[in-house]
Amino acid sequence: MSRSLLSIAELGETGLRRLLDISEHMAEVNRRPNPKVPALRGKTVCNVFFEDSTRTRLSFETAAKRLSADTMNFSVSQSSLNKGESLRDTVETIAAMGVDAFVIRHGSSGAPWQLGEWTSASVINAGDGWHAHPTQALLDMYTVRTALNRPVSVDGGSFDGLRVAMVGDIKHSRVARSTTEAFKLLGADVTWVSPKTLLPPTHDENVVANLDQVIDDIDILYLLRMQNERMSEALVPHLREYTARFGLTPERAARLGQHVLVMHPGPMNRGVEMAVDPGELPGSVINQQVTNGISVRMAVLFELLGSGSENSLTGNTES
Amino acid sequence: MNTPSDVRKQVLGPDDVRRAITRMAHEIIERNRGTAGVALVGIQTGGVWVAEALAAEISRIEAAEEGGADSIVIGSVDASLYRDDIGLRPVSPGSVSDLTFTVDGVTVVLVDDVLYTGRTVRAALDAIGDYGRPKAVQLAAIVDRGHRELPIRPDFVGKNLPTSAEESVSVTPDGVTITQGTDT
Repeated sequence: MSRSLLSIAELGETGLRRLLDISEHMAEVNRRPNPKVPALRGKTVCNVFFEDSTRTRLSFETAAKRLSADTMNFSVSQSSLNKGESLRDTVETIAAMGVDAFVIRHGSSGAPWQLGEWTSASVINAGDGWHAHPTQALLDMYTVRTALNRPVSVDGGSFDGLRVAMVGDIKHSRVARSTTEAFKLLGADVTWVSPKTLLPPTHDENVVANLDQVIDDIDILYLLRMQNERMSEALVPHLREYTARFGLTPERAARLGQHVLVMHPGPMNRGVEMAVDPGELPGSVINQQVTNGISVRMAVLFELLGSGSENSLTGNTES
Repeated sequence: MNTPSDVRKQVLGPDDVRRAITRMAHEIIERNRGTAGVALVGIQTGGVWVAEALAAEISRIEAAEEGGADSIVIGSVDASLYRDDIGLRPVSPGSVSDLTFTVDGVTVVLVDDVLYTGRTVRAALDAIGDYGRPKAVQLAAIVDRGHRELPIRPDFVGKNLPTSAEESVSVTPDGVTITQGTDT
């Protein structure tokens, strides 16, 4: 694995499986009464968020703290970017303070790669434009692995035969892209359920245009956030029509098989894609997704910052 | 430790390993006057099978004595997040800690296959401390190969085995082998 986590494609299947294994470790730490280990003492992680975020930023910050790393938070609205400092100068300034990893979210696709050109610190992509959100994909895989007891690891196992319906605005969703990639790497079958206006121009996924066409034959229902801000682009005629064709309504919830997991990356639009109370869905793992996010991000930080190139200090790893 | 090396020397056979475990089991019972309030904790991953073998042997011994046996408490601990060489060598996921009992007030017998620099034991002690405050911690290892780098000594040893740092030692139920050339 490289020193940075930028996309699922660059991580690859082996790296993905490895991180799921390490996440299992971190989940055990998180179940303890005192969920903190000294693994990353002396390391500094800087969160650089150019877009709004609740769970991802807090999740990364919690993850770093549970590994005993120090955290810095950079928020754009209170920064010298407002005085006209360039992104590059800002990043180099922060790096000069001694940062081991940047966690970056940016509205422009590719921004984390650009950042990687400017710093020798590790870079973790916490969402770039419409492009990628690899830690979301990791926590989704970890959630499925745990909830369905499918122990995919470096030693084997797969999601073969799992049927996933990913529903909503695929085009603008970095979550859809990364999570679909990860599901396919592990062997699941992904169907996109989306209006044509909300599909990317080129793709090779199966697509259906109505949730009813697939709802009886799935194992995982993955609802994406209907991005209300896109409504001005008239990509969907009306939110109510969207709910009628793509939303999880009480009628559709009643049709869901007992075994079906319901997932959502958050934040949710109640009454739009989620027209039922998710707390009443037996298969909802939405809260687990958030909880698992911490374990998975701990795994990513530990893998990037806790790993070295020397095989061993003493040549032998026994006690 | 699968070293593609030519020089591989078996120093203990399966019977020797079995006898060492039996003797260590007796010593653990003797030292602690039984096994009430004692927990065996194997260090992931090499110490886990040793802890299980010791537990089985202790149960067998106690069952043969009057009154039968309490089943001995057993667990495992992973020390990888507490090592002092984090950042110096590749991260290896290993296996997850399994400590389902309360550590407070318990006599923990840490169990490993090979005792070498003592650094893993140091890390395991820190890990145990995060679960609670044991009454005491004792250390058992099938092989003590020397070369300690920390002030740590075992309480129960199967075999003292002088080695050089250029060798690696492998312990399984089938025996103990020394291989020229370090692993990994």
